[in-house]
Amino acid sequence: MTRNMDTSEVIEVIADLCKKACYELNDNLIDALKKAYTQEESPYGKDTLDLLIKNAEYAKQEQIACCHDTGTAVVIMEIGQEISWSGMPLVEAVYAGVRKGYEEGYLRKSMVRDPLDRVNTGDNTPCVFHPEIVPGDKVHITVMPKGGGSENMGAFTTLVPAVGEEGVKDFIMKTVEYAGGMTCPPIIVGVGVGGTMDKCAWLAKKALLRPIGERNPVPHYARMEEELLEKINDLGIGPLGMGGRTTALDVHIEYFPCHITALPVAVNLQCHASRHASAEI
Amino acid sequence: MNKIIQLHTPLTKEDIKDLNIGDVLELTGTIYTARDAAHKRMQTALAEGKPQPVDFKDQLIFYAGPCPTKPGRTMGSIAPTTSMRMDSFVEMTFQLGMLGMIGKGDRSDFVPELCKKYGGVYLLSIGGASAMISNQVKTCDVVAYEDLGTESIKRLQVEKLRLIVGIDSKGRVFQSEQIQKYKR
Repeated sequence: MTRNMDTSEVIEVIADLCKKACYELNDNLIDALKKAYTQEESPYGKDTLDLLIKNAEYAKQEQIACCHDTGTAVVIMEIGQEISWSGMPLVEAVYAGVRKGYEEGYLRKSMVRDPLDRVNTGDNTPCVFHPEIVPGDKVHITVMPKGGGSENMGAFTTLVPAVGEEGVKDFIMKTVEYAGGMTCPPIIVGVGVGGTMDKCAWLAKKALLRPIGERNPVPHYARMEEELLEKINDLGIGPLGMGGRTTALDVHIEYFPCHITALPVAVNLQCHASRHASAEI
Repeated sequence: MNKIIQLHTPLTKEDIKDLNIGDVLELTGTIYTARDAAHKRMQTALAEGKPQPVDFKDQLIFYAGPCPTKPGRTMGSIAPTTSMRMDSFVEMTFQLGMLGMIGKGDRSDFVPELCKKYGGVYLLSIGGASAMISNQVKTCDVVAYEDLGTESIKRLQVEKLRLIVGIDSKGRVFQSEQIQKYKR
C-alpha cells in the first residue's frame, strides 16, 4: 500500500528536533558523564565534569542551547519505500525545517556559503542531508547538530591490508592523541572501517549515534572497542584536555566489506555535547 | 586545586605577571570577543594601515561566538572556541597591546614563547558549558564587524567568569604538565 505524504510535513518535525537536540542532552550521555565524574581522579577534571552535568540540566530546564556551537545540522532521514511524496522538493523542506528550528530556537548560525569566501548564510542552511530508503511506510528522522571543534579533528586514511588490526588501532590512537583537548573531551570516538572513502566516513559518523556502553555485535570489533577505550583513557588528556582519567566515554567501530586492495579507516570525533534527537512520522 | 583569585578589570601586565598555571580565577569586568573572521579583518586593517576597531591595549580577548539571546535572558549561550585556530594571530594581537586570551584547548609550541616575550597569559574557560557561562555575562554590545553575526567583536561585562591559567607569563603550560600526571 502506498502512503501519500506532502514533503512539507517534515518541516515542523525537523524544526522541533533541531531545538530538542541542542537543548536536551539524552540520559545515556548524562549517565556516562555522571559515571565519569565518580571515577575521575583529577580535581580539575572532576570540577569540569560537574560543571558539564549542571550545564546540561540547566540548558534543559531553560530550553536554551547547552553548547553555543549548535553545529552543522546533519539530518538523517530513513524513508519507507512505500511512501509517495508530493509538494516542494524534499531537500527544500528539510532546509526549511532547519532554518525554522535554528531561527526560532535562538541557535547559532554557523554555516558559510563557500569554504573560501566564508560569508555566513545567516540561517544555518544548508544542512548535510542523508536520505536513506528503507522498508515500510514510515519516515524516521534524526537531527544531529555537529560542532566544529570536534569535527575538525577527524581523520581518514587508507592503510594497506597487511597492517590489519594493529594498523587500524594505531591510526585511531594517533588521531585521538593529536586532537588532545581541542575536541572538548570527554569524547566519543566514531570509527568506520572498510567501504570506499565516502562510505567509510559515513560509517564513522553513524557510529557516534550508537548509545554509549553498547558494543559492536561482532566479537573482534567489540574487543577492539574495549581495548581502545582503555588505551585512550590512559593518554591522560582528561576533561577539556586539562589532564585526567576521562578522555573518552566510548569507542564505536562500524565496518563494511571493502575491495581486495583496501583498508580504509575514518575517525570521527564527538565532543562531550553529543547531541541528537529523533522522531517518526 | 589552587585557591580562587579574584581579578577585576582594568588590568595591567603587573596584575597578571604573578599568575601561575593552574590558578583558578574569577574575572569581573570588561572583555572583548573575537574569533577567526574578526582576527582576519584586524590583520587586513593592520596591513592596510587602517585603524583597529577597538583599542586592545591591556584587554583580554575571548575567543567566542555566542548563540542569539533568547527573549527574557541577558546573554545567549557562550563558551570558548578552539584557540589553536587563532595561533597565527597571537603575535599580532600582543603587538596591539592585548594582555591575554581566553579560550580552550592546546596551543602551538610558539604561543608559550610569545606569552613570555610579551608578558601575556592564556586563560582556559570550559568549552561547551555555554548555558552556565552565559549567566556570568551581564551585558553584551556589538562594537565592530556587526555583519559577521556571531563572529562580530562584542564587548562583554562579565561577573565572576571562572578561568584557569593555561599558559602563564613565564611561558609554562598547564595542560601538558597535568596530562603527564594522569598518563599511564
